Amino acid sequence: MALSASKIKVGDTYSEQVVDNLSRTQIVQYAGASGDYNPIHTDEIWATKVAGYPTVFAHGMLTMGLTGKAVTNFVGDGRLTNYGVRFVRQVWPGDTLTTAIEVSAVRAEGADTVADVTITTTNQNGEAVLTGSATARLDP
Amino acid sequence: MAIERFPVEASHILMFARAVGDANPIYSDAEYAAGTEVGGIIAPPTFAQSSAQFDPNYFLRPKIGQPWFGSGREPSGITREKKEGESSGAASGGLHAEQHFTYHRQLRPGDVLTGTELPGTTWEKEGKRSGKLVFTETITEYRDQNGELVITARGVGVRTERVIES
Repeated sequence: MALSASKIKVGDTYSEQVVDNLSRTQIVQYAGASGDYNPIHTDEIWATKVAGYPTVFAHGMLTMGLTGKAVTNFVGDGRLTNYGVRFVRQVWPGDTLTTAIEVSAVRAEGADTVADVTITTTNQNGEAVLTGSATARLDP
Repeated sequence: MAIERFPVEASHILMFARAVGDANPIYSDAEYAAGTEVGGIIAPPTFAQSSAQFDPNYFLRPKIGQPWFGSGREPSGITREKKEGESSGAASGGLHAEQHFTYHRQLRPGDVLTGTELPGTTWEKEGKRSGKLVFTETITEYRDQNGELVITARGVGVRTERVIES
């Protein structure tokens, strides 16, 4: 269901847990689907011994994809006109991520009414891993 | 990164939606999707990133018959830098700092996209934990089989002097 301009207002919020205890296997699954096989995400030996990280970590785009689920669950399917994020902290296996969305503007754009939202995805320690924004077309 | 042919297929959309943990039937169930406002299966918002599958020179995909830099007998198969003419999107050899998509219309199975890279800017910043940071922007325009713009993607990659651990 898409959002309606008559029902939505600035300051409205939505929150959703987008992954619980992220598995290395899900990171592998994302590598396979997206085509980004960088071993830093999937190869424990390479990530630790060659790249010098404590373990593998998720693709930023996996975090953006997980977050996108919360965004479309809030604004409805096929409604996004913009979706942009900044990756502010790495996401590690075992992390549990929650996305919080807040409506920052409801405005006219051409013939449409759109909502701008701000997006923050945090890990189980309350640290932001992703911040961003999106714009979605609203029903009248 | 020039992508000459990126065919958008329902099975790829299904696998991508699974990978991002999205059970929404709009990405997998044609019968359900037909009865919704969008009228058919669409792709999830970040699906265009999987254009990497169709980039013949993508640096971060093992190539048949060529050595791969991930672990095998040794922790690294090879030690190498990106070669001239190879592409790896916004995050080549570094980390992905930002990603932005502008949607001109919804992406659907049956679309056949081309991806054209436009020149982006490069800038530097001094980081507290990582030393000097070099940011590189990549803009990709995805057009459909009729030449219409479907998605504009803007990625920012960053190279750091030191490993960032958290």
